[in-house]
Amino acid sequence: MGARKNKQYFRSLSRYYGLYTGGFITFIILLAIAEQMGMPNAWIGYIFMVATLGLYTTIGVLSRTADISEYYVAGRRVPAIFNGMASGADWMSAATFIGMAGTLYLSGYDGLAFVMGWTGGYVLVALFLAPFLRKFGQFTIPDFLGARYGGNLPRMIGVLAAILASFIYVVAQIYGVGLISSRFLGIDFTTGVYVGVLGILVCSFLGGAKAITWTQVAQYVILIIAYLVPVVMLSQRITEVPIPQLVYGEVLEKVTEREQEIFNDPAQKEALRLYAQKADMLAAKIKMLPASLETERRQAEARLARLRAERPAKAEEIAAAENFLGHLPRTEMEARQRWGKELEAARASARPPAPHADPFAGKTEASRDNARRNFLALAACLMIGTAGLPHILMRYYTTPTVREARESVFWTLFFIFLLYSAAPALAVLVKFEVYTKLIGTSISDLPSWMAAWGVKINDINHDGILQLAEISINPDIIVLAAPEIAGLPYVVSGLVAAGGLAAALSTADALLLVIASALSHDVYFQMVHPEASTPLRIFLSKALLLVAALVAAFVASLRPDTLLSMVAWAFSIAGAALFPVLALGVFWKRANWAGAVAGMVLGLGVTLFYLVGVRFYGMTPWFGIRDIAAGIFGVPAGFIGVIAASLLTPPPSEETQRLVEYCRYPRLQASETEP
Amino acid sequence: MPKTRLLQTYWRKTLRITAVLVAVWFVATFVVVYYAADLNRFSFLGFPLGFFMAAQGSLLIYVALVWFYARYMNRLDKECGVAEE
Repeated sequence: MGARKNKQYFRSLSRYYGLYTGGFITFIILLAIAEQMGMPNAWIGYIFMVATLGLYTTIGVLSRTADISEYYVAGRRVPAIFNGMASGADWMSAATFIGMAGTLYLSGYDGLAFVMGWTGGYVLVALFLAPFLRKFGQFTIPDFLGARYGGNLPRMIGVLAAILASFIYVVAQIYGVGLISSRFLGIDFTTGVYVGVLGILVCSFLGGAKAITWTQVAQYVILIIAYLVPVVMLSQRITEVPIPQLVYGEVLEKVTEREQEIFNDPAQKEALRLYAQKADMLAAKIKMLPASLETERRQAEARLARLRAERPAKAEEIAAAENFLGHLPRTEMEARQRWGKELEAARASARPPAPHADPFAGKTEASRDNARRNFLALAACLMIGTAGLPHILMRYYTTPTVREARESVFWTLFFIFLLYSAAPALAVLVKFEVYTKLIGTSISDLPSWMAAWGVKINDINHDGILQLAEISINPDIIVLAAPEIAGLPYVVSGLVAAGGLAAALSTADALLLVIASALSHDVYFQMVHPEASTPLRIFLSKALLLVAALVAAFVASLRPDTLLSMVAWAFSIAGAALFPVLALGVFWKRANWAGAVAGMVLGLGVTLFYLVGVRFYGMTPWFGIRDIAAGIFGVPAGFIGVIAASLLTPPPSEETQRLVEYCRYPRLQASETEP
Repeated sequence: MPKTRLLQTYWRKTLRITAVLVAVWFVATFVVVYYAADLNRFSFLGFPLGFFMAAQGSLLIYVALVWFYARYMNRLDKECGVAEE
């Protein structure tokens, strides 16, 4: 494609998306006016859902394709800035959009490991992978492993790691979609999950990478507007400056002052003590099982009998006692489970909160050191994982040139930065609202959003006043409820829901495509049936995509409760299994087949061993590192594996070394290289 | 300069810039976090400095690193005659 034609293409793309963004803003304004004129909230929710899903479907249908290069890599004609937006939407998932600000709200500084980890990884992508993979220019990440290291085994292990990481990740996205659609459409969670999958499929099913790319650009626009609007409005209201990143330092100062008052309030201390007492009691009950359950049942029965015998009969108390007895755990297993959960909740409530801006909460020097180690390890895992996740790396196959691949990483990081710098601001602003407006007020006049979003209040010291310890917020609601917390019109709530949906859908689309192309392209086409025709390959990929989506939806509908840590696992897995072989594949000519196999097996093996061991089998953590940062052991294992096994075996062929040269220089034909 | 030498220069400079930028990245991430509590004694725009770095400062450094790398490499491509058409 000539430079003139490229420029023209770029200009018309800019015009389309400019018009589209204007249209979307007009649409929001019209809805806001309609709300003022009395349109019911439920309608606004529906209109947002239907309009955005309709939009994605339209783009999906318009960019449907039967061309193999368009299907896998969007025809390699996505300009840097648009690829940056698409990668941004690709990258920012439900965990980022819905979960991150909530985590920051709860853990303050310590939550910033996610903010740093999920941005700093792009430095590694830019320096070690993106331009070289673009020059290599095939369809998938396992393609590179197959070509660079030869033989089917490296490709096969790469496929396995790619599918494992992507599958874990996509389940989390579908879970997020289910959460949002059930909340805003008023349907139950499982139905919400399947409705969401439909939304995911309309796009990726029709047009592969091409449809996904152009939808993602549209989704980026929606999600960034949706994220920034409530933060900006909140900032404007609290500080009278609409640029939250610049001014929330002052708000943080006020929060820090208020924290001292709250933490030192005797009523708060009393509430903490009562929770600690409750936790001890529950722990004792669990220890005494099954006898304690028997005692509890007998006491309840005796109480009920006593109440029934009393005259005049107190109907309400009898009903309550009956209810209590009816809901007692039936078996020891059930009791252990339920009381265990209650114990966990009570312990969490009994823990004294840490000041927001203080790094590494802990009572002792040792526990603070441990928190710091975990922060560093988690940040490292998330960064290296970023540079190993196939759905991100494959985006850099889609630019027209190596030059644009480099620029495109910059644009990606820039577009991501816009959201990631706003998330800590949102957390601080919401904390300010909660700490100054809610804590210390009477429990009977709490605002209605608290009940609506399932915020649990337990007046444990029975003083009728809300203490900080008495409120437990599920972090996942902070972003979705932010507009209501800030008292903004409902149209903003609808917008945020649409944004969350866009974030989850765009990531899920890309992940499903990775899974489907790993199976259809790498396994079937490259290994089983190299003569397969293009229509057959695309058909197979679509069929696999459908299967993967349904399996992921099924898993998500079981509501695995370890979901957030699962997302972090995906990073550890991808980082340990793929980053060493990919980076050394470009930067170290000596790396060979044996090194690749050893590195991937060792990296993946150590990571899985550690996280499964610590998470499910009570293994003692090494250096106190939590399972979500398992990659901190897996990544070095991967590097050692590649280096050691490569040095112990003969160097790779000259042809392979020429391929490495070919990847290193943007303009270099295979024949020009020196040995 | 003969083509081979030019290519060697290109790769040597690529390695050098990569090493320098990775070093900056390392400091902006791990050193800054390691000393967060000490940095918090200073204040910037009303933020405790350690908090500011982890929430925004290091992120800005990352953006700048990637921007600089793209600019540097795109120029190096031309200098060493390996730029694409």
